[in-house]
Amino acid sequence: MSIEKFQKLVSTVVPLPIENVDTDQIIPARFLKAVERKGFGDNLFRDWRYKKDGTPNPDFVLNQSRFSGQILAGGKNFGSGSSREHAAWAIYDAGFRVVVSSFFADIFKSNVLNCGLLPVQVSDEFLSGIFKTVEDDPSAQFEVDLQAQTIRNIKAAESVKFEINSYKKECLLNGYDDIDFLLSLKEEIVAFEQA
Amino acid sequence: MEPKTLFDKIWDAHVVKQVKDGPDVLYIDRHFIHEVTSPVAFLGLKNRGMKVFRPQNTVATPDHNVPTLDQHLPIKEELSRVQVEALKQNCADNNIQMYGLDHKYHGIVHIIGPELGITQPGMTIVCGDSHTSTHGAFGSIAFGIGTSEVEMVFASQCILQPKPKKMRISVDGELGKDVTAKDIALYIISQISASGGTGHFVEFAGSAIRSLTMEGRMTLCNMSIECGARGGMIAPDETTFDYVNDREFAPKGEEWDRKLAQWKLLKSDDNAVFDAEFHFNAADIEPMITYGTNPGMGIGVSGSIPTGKNLTGSDLITFNKSLEYMGLNPGDKIKGKKVDYVFIGSCTNGRIEDFRLFADFVKGKQKAESVTAWIVPGSKQVENQIREEGIVEILEAAGFALRQPGCSACLAMNEDKIPEGKYAVSTSNRNFEGRQGPGARTMLASPLMVAAAAVTGVVSDPRDF
Repeated sequence: MSIEKFQKLVSTVVPLPIENVDTDQIIPARFLKAVERKGFGDNLFRDWRYKKDGTPNPDFVLNQSRFSGQILAGGKNFGSGSSREHAAWAIYDAGFRVVVSSFFADIFKSNVLNCGLLPVQVSDEFLSGIFKTVEDDPSAQFEVDLQAQTIRNIKAAESVKFEINSYKKECLLNGYDDIDFLLSLKEEIVAFEQA
Repeated sequence: MEPKTLFDKIWDAHVVKQVKDGPDVLYIDRHFIHEVTSPVAFLGLKNRGMKVFRPQNTVATPDHNVPTLDQHLPIKEELSRVQVEALKQNCADNNIQMYGLDHKYHGIVHIIGPELGITQPGMTIVCGDSHTSTHGAFGSIAFGIGTSEVEMVFASQCILQPKPKKMRISVDGELGKDVTAKDIALYIISQISASGGTGHFVEFAGSAIRSLTMEGRMTLCNMSIECGARGGMIAPDETTFDYVNDREFAPKGEEWDRKLAQWKLLKSDDNAVFDAEFHFNAADIEPMITYGTNPGMGIGVSGSIPTGKNLTGSDLITFNKSLEYMGLNPGDKIKGKKVDYVFIGSCTNGRIEDFRLFADFVKGKQKAESVTAWIVPGSKQVENQIREEGIVEILEAAGFALRQPGCSACLAMNEDKIPEGKYAVSTSNRNFEGRQGPGARTMLASPLMVAAAAVTGVVSDPRDF
């Protein structure tokens, strides 16, 4: 098995300028009851996205036709709380390939990387710039280049570097899978157990 | 030799291989699994034509979505039933020990590991659940993982993990009356924020921490994830060894002596360097309660909800959104606010000591009529202790009914959902929007605070009684 390769993406941004977006908001616990990895995208941000009667909440960004794209930008401390990888799956299944924030919770960040989404951590200032650019012009394009580790606000002609550890970078660029790598270490693992 | 932290000592002893410019390959001693985050990992394994590599190091229990009444009957809710059945089948296919609903050891995964002696000092422990940090109370490295990582452990008994930074949080001095481990946790998070520990593994130290029982230490380490930390740990001492000794799966005889000698070495060296340090004074902590929608939004029970005056920009938007959801006004006193529901239980406060505290308080008092109370033991063994110690009679005399073990209203995956708009004072760990049911308004607190709210129907200070 492998994850989808990620190299470069040019896309508009869906802005969510809220802080501490926790995994219970990304996907509430009552939607975790599947035994297969499918259908989670429909329940992404369920309680913000839909009204109590199940109709779309027009105030929520995913229901506003002027915003679309494969990049989701959220406020700082994005993905805090539960370890549910379903949160990352829901974002991926809803069509996003990049999540941008000025700060990610640890477990969420690993989960995102493990399912082939790219977390891009930028400064508070750059993030505010994204929100402002998109608010002024929802059709504004951003370029994310994994090889160069840059995100570029094309309209503002601003580009910044982001960090990613080189192992995970290689995995994403090539679609490598962690488990294949671990299985290749079986002899070393057994030796470790016997030491 | 360079002085090392407790964390470094355990971590370094479990590194199978260091990946150049990448994560460490970390060997895992114990893997706990439950019905919600394991099925997709089992499926992944099956698709590779593989079985679990080290089933004897893996222990399963269904806890997240199980009902807390009539557990002898089939689970009514279909999706929950399918998940629990899938766990059973996957464990049978892979030769994994599962403590199902009908087993005397059934319970919340983070309650049963310690009470069975499966959790031991010096271990690396993972589970697809963020509150795996609980097990750090024994001086082990324990942390929550995602489902892809669950699959890694199934396949290889290892995961790929970058080594986190180290933080030490010291609390010294004597704790005040009715101040519990839960209050220490909520106080620390209120001081360093819900993201203050991100990127770090925390060691708790200081005289106030040393004075805690194992139950208290588990409560504190459990909540370490709520400040964003990867996990929390406390160096093992006589309190730890006394707790582990004689438990079902604890080492016995000569093996015990050998392990004990190793465990006694598990502490940070005197001059060990931490990447971040915090010091708090135990005397500054009073019984705590949260007013907002993340665990960092906590105050002492005698305090007032912040005004938000100094906040700007997205901080202010977030604060206002939170108070609007909670239906609370900036600047108001928290004491006296109406309470509709109380919940005692969860991996945070579902151990016997928590029910003893609660029962001591409500003994001879009556539950307020306006309050609905859910009393949920963390495990079958805790439930049995509650019965054997006569706590159940005290509860019933005061108007409370005991339910059966499970995660219950902590995350409301089963029927135990707080209705929309209602206020719940809860011993659980998260007050996120909708966490205890769509529209539910959660105030996190200790078992004593919950008891005081249960008998008065409003947020109350247990010290006033």
